[in-house]
Amino acid sequence: MDILVPILTMAALGLFFSAGLVFAYKKLRVYEDPKIEIVSEMLPQANCGACGYSGCRAFAAAVVKGEAPPENCPVGGEEVANQIADTLGIKAGEIIKKVARVHCRGTWNAAKSRGSYLGISTCFAAHLIGGNKQCSFGCLGLGDCVLACAFDAMYMSEEGLPVITEDKCTACGKCVDACPRSILDLQPISQEIIVFCRSEDRGPIARKVCKNACIACGICVRACPDAIILENYLAKIVDFKKIDPEKIPDIEKCPTDSIGRLKKENER
Amino acid sequence: MEIIALFFSAILINNFVLHYFLGICPFLGVSKKIDSALSMGLAVTFVMSITAAVSWAINHWILIPYQLDYLQIVSFILVIASLVQLVEMFIRKISPPLYQALGIYLPLITTNCAIFFLALMAALKNYNFIETVIFGIGSGLGFTLAIILMAGIREQLDLADVPEALKGAGISLIVAGIMALAFLGFSGMIK
Repeated sequence: MDILVPILTMAALGLFFSAGLVFAYKKLRVYEDPKIEIVSEMLPQANCGACGYSGCRAFAAAVVKGEAPPENCPVGGEEVANQIADTLGIKAGEIIKKVARVHCRGTWNAAKSRGSYLGISTCFAAHLIGGNKQCSFGCLGLGDCVLACAFDAMYMSEEGLPVITEDKCTACGKCVDACPRSILDLQPISQEIIVFCRSEDRGPIARKVCKNACIACGICVRACPDAIILENYLAKIVDFKKIDPEKIPDIEKCPTDSIGRLKKENER
Repeated sequence: MEIIALFFSAILINNFVLHYFLGICPFLGVSKKIDSALSMGLAVTFVMSITAAVSWAINHWILIPYQLDYLQIVSFILVIASLVQLVEMFIRKISPPLYQALGIYLPLITTNCAIFFLALMAALKNYNFIETVIFGIGSGLGFTLAIILMAGIREQLDLADVPEALKGAGISLIVAGIMALAFLGFSGMIK
């Protein structure tokens, strides 16, 4: 009979605590839409934050509530968007595939150095003291963006510039946020002509510090006045759709090579 | 006076993390950012203080009178598990982002040896009710202090030039070891 005492004691304790938990559950329950779980499972689970939400789950919750359109997940792309749209019975919008692009050609050879930088080896730290190159707009070449990339789509070239593998790039925007000098941004993959410079220095100064800087000569603007303008001594593409494909050779006459087509990796 | 000594010795000298090396899992897992470390510390402190009180009551009103001391372990586990469930529900209701940030480490408080050790230690040392509760709060605050210090150091470590092989867990364990050495300096201050 002695065995009954511990058994009953433990049973009573267990009942007591479970009653407490049941009571607490009634008070503190959080209702969650089961659709959130289903949508969440369709997402890539990269938790990169490119959609503007804190993770795939938060994005799924927003889509189910109707606060975010399903095509806002750049990593999943069209396939995932259509899948979600089918499940929820809504329509997915059109997706423009974007990729990250590097807007600097200031390689170690092209851009003049300010001296050897021996501080903390991140762009963020180097930027605080003005950087390692004479150009105060160019790429610092220490690879914060490469570290930020969660998809293994970037590497540092030997010349000291980040290179993006466009097949792997999901346009999550992590590298864009990581760069203290805004060298990177997201562009439609169909955009062929890219400005490879961020320097807002006047032509002579820009040319002095970097061989590949935009000197605002206006050759590209004369080739396509509708599409390209000069702003702050820098060529700027206002609307890439207006670039006439026949004029591309004229644009590529750029004396400093700071605007043109992205060279494919095998052409380097 | 003795109670004050007990309180501070639980925080500084017999710090659960740095003296007994208990509760290392959340100590390393949630110490990447100061604010989530603080929340984790407070959650553990809460569970510890309530566990201390409830386990004392069970021990002295049920287990000892009926000579059921051998049920201490299993009944304390029951207390801790239920309390952690309660805290989990509470945090999920009050602050979903915090719930996300603590992640798996929140239910893992259940298996946090520090809390279990606290309940057993208080029973072993025959503390009275007030001493047990003070011991629980002190130990919880000691855990909070340790995890916040660790998070502060790890936030700085992000900028340090750590050798490739030691990045992540390696350097964290070394830091924890050095912190334990530093805390050894407190021993002997209170008998």
